[in-house]
Amino acid sequence: MLTFENPAISIQNVTKIFGEQTVLNELNFDIERNKITTILGFSGAGKSTLLKHILGIMNPTSGVVSVLGQDLSKLDKMELREFRRNFGMLFQYAALFDSFTAQENVAFPLKEFTKLKESEITEKVKDLLISVGIKEESFTRLPSELSGGMRKRVGLARGLALSPHIMLYDEPTTGLDPITTKMVNNLIVETATQHKDREMTSVIISHDVRATLEISDYVAFLDRGKIIEYLPVEEFKKSDKELVQEFLNL
Amino acid sequence: MITKLKTYLETKIEEFGRNLLDMVDGLGMITLFAGRSFYWMGKRPFRIRLLFEQLYSIGNKSMTIILLAGLFTGMVFCTQTYLGFKMINVDSLVGAIVAISLAKELAPVLTGLIVAGRAGSAMAAQIGSMKVTEQIDALEVMGINSIQYLAVPRIVAATIAVPMLSICFLFIGNLGAYLIGTTTLMIDEAMFFSKLSEFMVVADVAQGVIKATVFGFVIAVIGTYFGFQVEKGAVGVGRGTNQAVVWGMVSVLVLDYFLTTFLVKIL
Repeated sequence: MLTFENPAISIQNVTKIFGEQTVLNELNFDIERNKITTILGFSGAGKSTLLKHILGIMNPTSGVVSVLGQDLSKLDKMELREFRRNFGMLFQYAALFDSFTAQENVAFPLKEFTKLKESEITEKVKDLLISVGIKEESFTRLPSELSGGMRKRVGLARGLALSPHIMLYDEPTTGLDPITTKMVNNLIVETATQHKDREMTSVIISHDVRATLEISDYVAFLDRGKIIEYLPVEEFKKSDKELVQEFLNL
Repeated sequence: MITKLKTYLETKIEEFGRNLLDMVDGLGMITLFAGRSFYWMGKRPFRIRLLFEQLYSIGNKSMTIILLAGLFTGMVFCTQTYLGFKMINVDSLVGAIVAISLAKELAPVLTGLIVAGRAGSAMAAQIGSMKVTEQIDALEVMGINSIQYLAVPRIVAATIAVPMLSICFLFIGNLGAYLIGTTTLMIDEAMFFSKLSEFMVVADVAQGVIKATVFGFVIAVIGTYFGFQVEKGAVGVGRGTNQAVVWGMVSVLVLDYFLTTFLVKIL
């Protein structure tokens, strides 16, 4: 199992139990800073629960989750909300606010958390939307008027608005056609590399093997609440774990 | 045969007990949710723009239906009261009785029921669809408290808007009663107003306004609570909306009794 000296995210002996069901089982692993790490696994493996622990939306039954060196259990609710501004997130279906236009969606976190003037926000929103490939004529469209791929791009722009240190992607390519999948993958890589001058760790939760292997630096495989394999991507492809090979060959 | 009957009865009693427990559990959860919303009402940032949006949505957009309902309620109530009072020759009291009934009961209760059906359901549907499409998760990930952002403006707006709508209902209801009373039922106009001013007091209106304020708060708490409870896609949104309307309407009727008992003692 991989360990890092100064990880962006550190999961130590994390167990989560719902009723009689153990969803995360003494989980231990670190996520390297400034790299793209993907957590693979079948449905129900505990990926989404793990993501909620990283975000501090859920507390572990036991164990410690540290993000950027901060033990999340030591933060009170207000501090945790403040701390979450270190995160950006692209949701599976983008989760854009459906009563806001594309530009209003991206402007939302800037209006909420910065003291930028209206003109500065407009300029920043424009830059963000153009950087993810949205044309100006689509800025004023509602999410219902955008295609799935465009919604993902707007969602990504919104996630990046506050320049997060950690970008989380929840099933970013699920339900997309191959061309849009490739576009989203390129955006993830571009987002990670464009921000090399400052910290930008990317964590992807997925079961899309092909996309994962193309863009990740590290891949972890989660099964029944435990990480059973965690390796750099090239080594992961050669894993001798039967379940991993079965998953890779699906 | 007896064993079957026994099993059937046991199942029914068990079912009744479970439903009762679920209801008590639900009431507890709604109370906790109301407490949390109350807590977040006093916390910054105060979202004035959202409050005005909700005032528009709950207040202005309900106005037409409230005015229509108020007008016809006043007209019908005046006609029915007249028919009864005429039998004992006290038809001059029709205006006063209609006005007092509207002020104390009909205006706040019917306004509450209409708002529960229109705005309470809309609150549950809006928040519920935001829940199933992960928009609420998106708010939380950004560090925004979803109760403060979504529930508080709706609850405050409903608490302000429902008494105002109730006053509009009262006014238009009395106008309807006056029009029907003086033009169709031939009640003397001077008598209509003199009895009204003789019997109706400010406390009657105050009672209605206090009731409507409580109804507004409760309807919005229920509507937003069921919105946040939505799970499992479109079916869940439908169920949440339905529950919001049923609980909202039942709460208005049940609370009306307890509020009446309390308010007649203090006003």
